[in-house]
Amino acid sequence: MTSASDQSPILEIKNLKVHFPVISGIWRRTKGYVRAVDDLSFDLMEGETLGLVGESGCGKTTAGRAILRAVEPTSGEMWFRMPDGSRVSTTSAGSEELRLLRQDIQLIFQDPFASLNPRMTVFDVVADPLRVNHIARGKELEDLVSEMLLKVGLSPEYMRRYPHAFSGGQRQRVGIARALVMNPRLLIADEPVSALDVSVQAQILNLMQDLQEELNLTYLFISHDLSVVQYIAHRVMVMYVGKVVEIAPTEKLFGQPLHPYTQALLSSVPVPNPEVSALKQTLEGEVANPADPPTGCYFHPRCPFVQEICRTTEPPLNEVTPEHFASCHFAGELDLPGVPA
Amino acid sequence: MEGNWPILDVQNLKTYFSLDEGVVRAVDDVSFDVERGTVLGVVGESGCGKSVLARSIMRIVRPPGESIEGQIIYNRSPNDGPADATPERIDLRELTLDSSEMRDIRGGEIAMIFQEPMVSFSPVHTVGAQIIEAIVLHQSVTKEEARDQAIEMLRRVGIAEPERNVDEYTFNLSGGMRQRCMIAMALSCNPTLLIADEPTTALDVTTQAQIMQLMAELQQEFGMAMMLITHNLGVVAQMAKEVIVMYLGKVVERADVRTLFSDPKHPYTQELLKSIPRLSRTGQTERLAAISGNVPPPFVRPTGCSFHPRCPKFMSGVCDVVEPTLATVGTRHTVSCLLYSDVSGAAPKELS
Repeated sequence: MTSASDQSPILEIKNLKVHFPVISGIWRRTKGYVRAVDDLSFDLMEGETLGLVGESGCGKTTAGRAILRAVEPTSGEMWFRMPDGSRVSTTSAGSEELRLLRQDIQLIFQDPFASLNPRMTVFDVVADPLRVNHIARGKELEDLVSEMLLKVGLSPEYMRRYPHAFSGGQRQRVGIARALVMNPRLLIADEPVSALDVSVQAQILNLMQDLQEELNLTYLFISHDLSVVQYIAHRVMVMYVGKVVEIAPTEKLFGQPLHPYTQALLSSVPVPNPEVSALKQTLEGEVANPADPPTGCYFHPRCPFVQEICRTTEPPLNEVTPEHFASCHFAGELDLPGVPA
Repeated sequence: MEGNWPILDVQNLKTYFSLDEGVVRAVDDVSFDVERGTVLGVVGESGCGKSVLARSIMRIVRPPGESIEGQIIYNRSPNDGPADATPERIDLRELTLDSSEMRDIRGGEIAMIFQEPMVSFSPVHTVGAQIIEAIVLHQSVTKEEARDQAIEMLRRVGIAEPERNVDEYTFNLSGGMRQRCMIAMALSCNPTLLIADEPTTALDVTTQAQIMQLMAELQQEFGMAMMLITHNLGVVAQMAKEVIVMYLGKVVERADVRTLFSDPKHPYTQELLKSIPRLSRTGQTERLAAISGNVPPPFVRPTGCSFHPRCPKFMSGVCDVVEPTLATVGTRHTVSCLLYSDVSGAAPKELS
């Protein structure tokens, strides 16, 4: 699996757009578009974890689903590198190609209470992808499932039970086992620990790290929780109203952010230390409406450093320092402290 | 303001749910008090009983849940006179549910903010109508005066154009705005105690920061006491003066916020603090110390100390046998753990 391909990305995304039409009136006319994902470009390297953060409605979930073509992209291109090294365009893949792609790209969902079918036993949940793809049956199927359950820290003796008999953390393990049973190389984890208790969250994060090391997995880790993302991600991408505002290696993003929005997110995280008073200035206003975004930089109505140019001209995503991209007219000129010391 | 009288004094409260499968001891012999004008944080994971505790105080636990034992003393200060005058002592558990006194207190003197503002507001009435209803119910004012008060309150919590938004329905408002309206409604009757059940959990970090700041300001300005229920240790660290930590229906530790974070005594508190990822400038390279196991299902409570199956300091033959009681380990610092009790020597005798 570890081909000498650290240089070529497993997933390349260029100018991905997902626009949803706003339909209203009795004639079902399209009144406009919600630009859920607007011109997203990034590469994902094999074996890395890319954190994707942003507030609700910023398009992070839609971006994750568009990669799997669970929602159809409006425009843009995506390429996935298959195990044999060939580059497959996922945007133009036909249904047979898509079926193969989806064996290699799997999703882990947020809510382990909603994402597991209550009428299927844990065995059925995990075995289903193997059955559907005619990979194994009978004793072999059973062995594969119990092996996978062991791998995620569940005892196979419980596999005939239904999801209701399991706690949130155990259900999330089932969800991970289901995703991993097809031997995928890329996992899109959409808020995988947000619904879990704090004491269990750490178990799942550690499990995901162990599995990544063992199986050379690549993660797109979508989360709104910056401390979780800092813990697990190698690189972090910040989205605001459908656009990437900053992308950088984790230490750089948290230590020397270049975009004021990233800084605002970092300052908003309540510090679990009563000696540090973090209740300082907070961001004013609300997230812009993706159906009717502001002119210029989308963040300008809330930005403490706003200048005239920000109201009129949209800033491009520039590589400000090596590997550190930001879309701000004043990237590098502002004095942003990063995580409060 | 810190007289000798806590605003709320809960003693040995038990709220049980009798179900076909068995009895769920959601709140099990809980005692604590809330000082006048201060913020008490209540921390715990889902299922630890923190929401049921809040609802027990408000007397809004739904059947089959019932507060079967204990006292919920609300110390009402006399309207005029010195702050340290002897207050009127009311046991909320002894009041009839629909008595006028209970109704006056609930929503008036003790107000509550719920986690999900979308569910807690009625979708078929405007925000204003719901706030006005609360004001008219608790104060002797006309509807017009109440409307003015409602608009003023909405302005106070940072709603833009309150004159227009007072006639808005909740589904037209964003999550942050809804939560602001919820706070406006709770504060409209100038409560002396505010119970906030996960007030920021459903919100984004930036909105959470706005709401926390707003609540801190209003708490100071109105001088009210607050019981802040949350699972977010960051929120507690920033807002609370004292903290109680709950696990499976019991208070396992109580301390002032600084002591709790710098010198936690209960293994559960210690492990909890170790298991959360923290933001840092350089990034955390150390592996998170996860607490092993899961919160047990409600019907099968472990024997002895209910944390013993997950506890790294588990003492065999002691922790699984003896039920710990709250022991004092410092000034206003109590912990319910056998490590700090004398029973460790006595336990084997009990066994034999």
